[in-house]
Amino acid sequence: MKRIGLKRAPLAIYAVLAYLFLHLPLAILSAFSFNASRFTIWQGFSLHWYRAAFQDQQLTQAAWNSLIIAVFATAVSTVIGTLCAYGFWKRSSPVLAGSLYLSLVTPEIVSGISLLAFFQWVFRFLRVHLGMHTVILAHVSFSIAYVVIVVMARLRTVDGQLEEAALDLGANEWQAFRYVTLPAILPGVIAAALLAFTVSFDDYVITSMVAGVDSETLPMVIYAIARRGVNPVVNAISALIFVAFGALILVSERLREK
Amino acid sequence: MKRLRAWFLAPTWAVMLCLFVAPLCIILAYSLLTRGTWGGISRPWSIESYQRLADPIYLGILWRSFWIAGAATILCLLLGFPLALFISRSGKRKNLYLSLVILPFWTSFLVRTYAWMFLLRDTGLINTVLQKLGLIHDPLPLLYNDGAVILGLVYGYLPFMVLPLYAALERLDRNLLEAAADLGAKPWVALTRVVIPLSAPGIRAGTILVFIPCLGAYLTPDLLGGGKTVMIGNLIQNQFTTARDWPFGSAVSLTLMAIVLVLLLAFVRREEGGLV
Repeated sequence: MKRIGLKRAPLAIYAVLAYLFLHLPLAILSAFSFNASRFTIWQGFSLHWYRAAFQDQQLTQAAWNSLIIAVFATAVSTVIGTLCAYGFWKRSSPVLAGSLYLSLVTPEIVSGISLLAFFQWVFRFLRVHLGMHTVILAHVSFSIAYVVIVVMARLRTVDGQLEEAALDLGANEWQAFRYVTLPAILPGVIAAALLAFTVSFDDYVITSMVAGVDSETLPMVIYAIARRGVNPVVNAISALIFVAFGALILVSERLREK
Repeated sequence: MKRLRAWFLAPTWAVMLCLFVAPLCIILAYSLLTRGTWGGISRPWSIESYQRLADPIYLGILWRSFWIAGAATILCLLLGFPLALFISRSGKRKNLYLSLVILPFWTSFLVRTYAWMFLLRDTGLINTVLQKLGLIHDPLPLLYNDGAVILGLVYGYLPFMVLPLYAALERLDRNLLEAAADLGAKPWVALTRVVIPLSAPGIRAGTILVFIPCLGAYLTPDLLGGGKTVMIGNLIQNQFTTARDWPFGSAVSLTLMAIVLVLLLAFVRREEGGLV
């Protein structure tokens, strides 16, 4: 057979370079978290910056805040988003789907300031302030769309007749969902939850707008340090985030393929 | 049956109405009010905030955002197409190669931007290495310019380009390429006259997926542009924090939203669909 199209070798060399471009910056960043020196010159292996990161009160508090926010936002958006995807599966709702789609492409800075304006307006009537709860609400609002997309993808592989059979056999609608469809889409739901968790944990732009004094998150602290210049402590945290999230995403990808 | 389905959708309706539609409506109202004496908003109603957008300073920022986002998108397309082509022809290893594209994309955008600060700054790795090698004496000004912002955007959004391109190339019928070759088309001709036209939906999707977030970028110009490269996102943020001009910030936000909507309607064909 004749060789078709472009030659293979140049394309493969190009691909290697492209993958280096994608991965090398993060690999170098992580490598220098083990550097004994504060400067970008290698002066021997050290865990100094990890120790510094774990001993920094502000950082550990922020990491803890991020974790709490991500757990709550994930729980809420996964439940709501899964129900919504199931509702779409039964019959499409173009208006709701359209608004979810639109929320996904809205620039983060616009979502951030509009939520800020909304919360401040609401707070004129209620005596509450910006804090963990507003961050959680904001995170729920932007992670639902991700959950719906992932669960919908999974639902497309499910045979709708199974539920009809369950209904014929006397199950009510809730039972048909709970005992027939939900188990079938569970890997997709877990994958969606992991995705929601990572987008919540990572978010800086929207969070920084709606956070209060007591709800500083890890990305906010990283940003503040990064604004002041480069600090190896950030390299250490980045490496930790990189490893933890890499693992989460690998699990999520596995589940989606299942 | 219908009633239960309504309950399944109700929580999402509630969240979208309260936390997406209502906030946008408030922004719309604010954009039509006037700035109060101490910031905040007050009456009378006016369209002054929108008129101010015609000021050459703001038109300049708008233009700058367009060209930076455009440059980043074109670079993503040029860099992403060969990569997508490579992955689509990798047989059994496709999924692995695809995961390698997606993996850095799931790690924090902030961390990925910081990685480039680490590499590009005056005492960063690239300048340090070049100085040690004796190639340069003074550090090159790599950070805090338009080039750094474009690089950061390309790095951040390349996966958004590669994924739809891959999906389009994957669907490509190999027989068509054979037919082109049989009819005497050189590889280059087959690429430009067969492969690229047939992957147009992927190119369109990738372009829009990269261009829209680049246009509204805030973090990348802020960290890699160092305040020198102001884009629409930074202008909006500035109006809500430092300048405390909420009506104008709201007007800029809605203008950005309008541009995004127009782009979406122009690029996304109905049959290619979104969520439904």
